[in-house]
Amino acid sequence: MMIEPNWQIARKRHTLENRARIIQQIRAFFIRHDFLEVETPHRIPANAPELNIDAVPAADWFLQTSPELCMKRLLAAGFERLFQICHCWRAGERSNTHLPEYSMLEWYRSHCDYRQLMADCEALLTELKPDHRIFRQGQTIDLTPPWPRLTVADAFLQFSSMPLATALATDEFDSVMAFEIEPNLPKDRPLFLFEYPVEHASLARKKISSPAVAERFELYIGGLELANAFSELTDPVEQQQRFTMEEMQRRKLGKTPYPTPEPFIKELATLPPSAGIALGIDRLIMLLCDKNNIDDVVSFSPEQL
Amino acid sequence: MYSCSDLKKGLKLLIDGEPHVIVQYDFTKPGKGQSLYKCKLRNMITGALFDRTYRSGETFEPASLEERDMQYLYQDDSGHVFMDKKNYEQVFLTEDTLGDDKYFLIDNMDVEILMYGERAIGISLPNFVNLRVTQSDPWVKGDTAAGNNKPATVETGYTLQVPSFVEEGTLIQIDTRTGNYVTRVKE
Repeated sequence: MMIEPNWQIARKRHTLENRARIIQQIRAFFIRHDFLEVETPHRIPANAPELNIDAVPAADWFLQTSPELCMKRLLAAGFERLFQICHCWRAGERSNTHLPEYSMLEWYRSHCDYRQLMADCEALLTELKPDHRIFRQGQTIDLTPPWPRLTVADAFLQFSSMPLATALATDEFDSVMAFEIEPNLPKDRPLFLFEYPVEHASLARKKISSPAVAERFELYIGGLELANAFSELTDPVEQQQRFTMEEMQRRKLGKTPYPTPEPFIKELATLPPSAGIALGIDRLIMLLCDKNNIDDVVSFSPEQL
Repeated sequence: MYSCSDLKKGLKLLIDGEPHVIVQYDFTKPGKGQSLYKCKLRNMITGALFDRTYRSGETFEPASLEERDMQYLYQDDSGHVFMDKKNYEQVFLTEDTLGDDKYFLIDNMDVEILMYGERAIGISLPNFVNLRVTQSDPWVKGDTAAGNNKPATVETGYTLQVPSFVEEGTLIQIDTRTGNYVTRVKE
């Protein structure tokens, strides 16, 4: 019956060529800025236990949901600037902007906080787009730094139908974020949404001047949530408490219990003040290649296998 | 029982004792937040449409409906008419109920019609249909920006992206589940 090559794969050639070129540019950017590229194991005994992230089991271990823990153990061992481009797996995540197996770019710096990572994002994107312009879905996005910043508290004041405190108390934080805030964020400029409630940042450091919020930000460009970053929590005792809290909530919801990443917690004691960020490469390619569906920027979607 | 991970467009659920079909489905997950499953549902009996957002942990009862082998006959004012292959009874489905499936109906095509009592309320199409391209502009050589794609319209009025080498008059195969082009058909 088939008399020609599979067109749903063949048609991706142009985008896949662009993708390869963009990833080479990303790599060159970090190498030039003196970051060490590392590879860490994809199959690990324990991920960071997080309430809303489900890992894919692999024999008696798990596929990584992020290379975060190994990256931070390297920082704790004295490496100062690291990056990694790798695959991550998150069970059950599938949409036009989600793949259960996807490509992640993570980079980490010691002796700085999350504000430095905002500057890194600005530098990376303006290097990929030297004319500071992205055309996406008929909209021009102006990348000229510095990019606008909005606290989560202010976003709730501007866009939410209920106060932040109410949303947290009634477990409506995520639905307000998804249906009232995210769709209304400006599309003509990138945006850093920052200072998340501590309960929504289990591995991030609390802000010293206002400990109800954590030093975490999300980068949005053109309606896509592109990257999540924070100043790292470096206190092993507090980290253990936060993991225990996440685990308790997982159990309460009847989710699979996860083991605690013991060596990570132990070695946090030697982690200098640091900051790290995870950026979804597939979404970045969607943004730069003006694609609306994540399937269009990877060689195979799960349904095509 | 279905869980949230089973939700998808076309899935049929029993809600308050009545069959519903998911006509639009969207998975969202803000930041490190919880998974939200936003569905537009159609009550298959009343036709009423409404939105509902589900969260992980919720479960759903499948709507098990009788399916009858039928043949597509024609379209008239009441809608699209089908005939039961065993007893020659005729039933019809409206354009609204059919949605995009109306583009994949060919005269005399074998389909499965979902029944609620004696009433037709839905359809299961074959996975692939062959339709003839009635309109498509010739591809401009060297136009690589479009990635070798171009729009084409087929005999039923449906428009989709096809490879640049597909010409008017060509018979093509379409996947009815995705609405995507599959291949040219040898005649």
